[in-house]
Amino acid sequence: MQLTINGNVKEYQDQLTVLQLLQHLQLSQERVVVELNREILSADLHIDTELKSGDTLELVQFVGGG
Amino acid sequence: MDQLIIASRKFNSRLLVGTGKFASNQAMIAAMEHSCSEIVTVALRRVDIDNPEDSLLLNINQERYLLLPNTSGARDAEEAVRLARLARAAGCLPWVKLEVTPDPYYLLPDPIETLKAAEILVKEGFVVLPYMPADPVLARRLEEAGAATLMPLGAPIGTNRGVRTRDLIAIIIEQANIPVIVDAGLGAPSHAAEAMEMGADAVLVNTALADTPNPAAMAQAFRKGVEAGREAYLAGLGAQRQQAEASSPLTGFLRND
Repeated sequence: MQLTINGNVKEYQDQLTVLQLLQHLQLSQERVVVELNREILSADLHIDTELKSGDTLELVQFVGGG
Repeated sequence: MDQLIIASRKFNSRLLVGTGKFASNQAMIAAMEHSCSEIVTVALRRVDIDNPEDSLLLNINQERYLLLPNTSGARDAEEAVRLARLARAAGCLPWVKLEVTPDPYYLLPDPIETLKAAEILVKEGFVVLPYMPADPVLARRLEEAGAATLMPLGAPIGTNRGVRTRDLIAIIIEQANIPVIVDAGLGAPSHAAEAMEMGADAVLVNTALADTPNPAAMAQAFRKGVEAGREAYLAGLGAQRQQAEASSPLTGFLRND
């Protein structure tokens, strides 16, 4: 399965939900906001949302800023 | 009690601080504490998935500080709206410091895209605090669009040059019915005091605190500058005049003219 994550193309062998992907990347749900194919995916949907090849994800978090 | 009120929420501090560019999280937290600020700005960025860093939020006590996400990096209204929605999805209150800065050299806000984004975000229920050029006409348009505050720039972001837009900010303050927060370019406590003496409701500072060997001490100095300026404004500054006016009596001196 091919996913585009934050602009980088990544290959994954297994089927993954969004939650499993975050766990794989060692990112906690509390700190990351997920956009799946340009739509915001609220945290309660991470567990049931299956990713499919060609999906585009944006994973963003808060950083210092003025 | 002299409080700053934004969208019905009351604040005792009139100093907002940014969290960017500090040498360490400790320095940032020390600056926040010494500023006595109650509102701190944060930005949203892509996670570096190959090298994730600790979340900034782990360091910020959200009981004490209202997190104000900005839309920095947005080059047009669409990007700014997207960032604001992402920030809200992160669990923040729907408050946003709206920034649309297409030009990376001066980082000046785009007035047209800023107004467009403000109109959309207000309709979506956001409390919108727009970073804006010091343009009194735009200020009116943003207020009509439902902005919660106006945030005119004193000088370009990060320049530490002070209130270079003074005369225009004075007009904005005179006309505004919502709080005016002078943002960007304030590099010294005297700059903050100047803005407050003019009647600004608050100021926002980041670079001046991050760009010093001692952010905590500088934050305290800015707090005092803001308080001094506010108190002077409330007291009422004396009128300026061209000719000298003696402070001591001119009569009864030891000579007979």
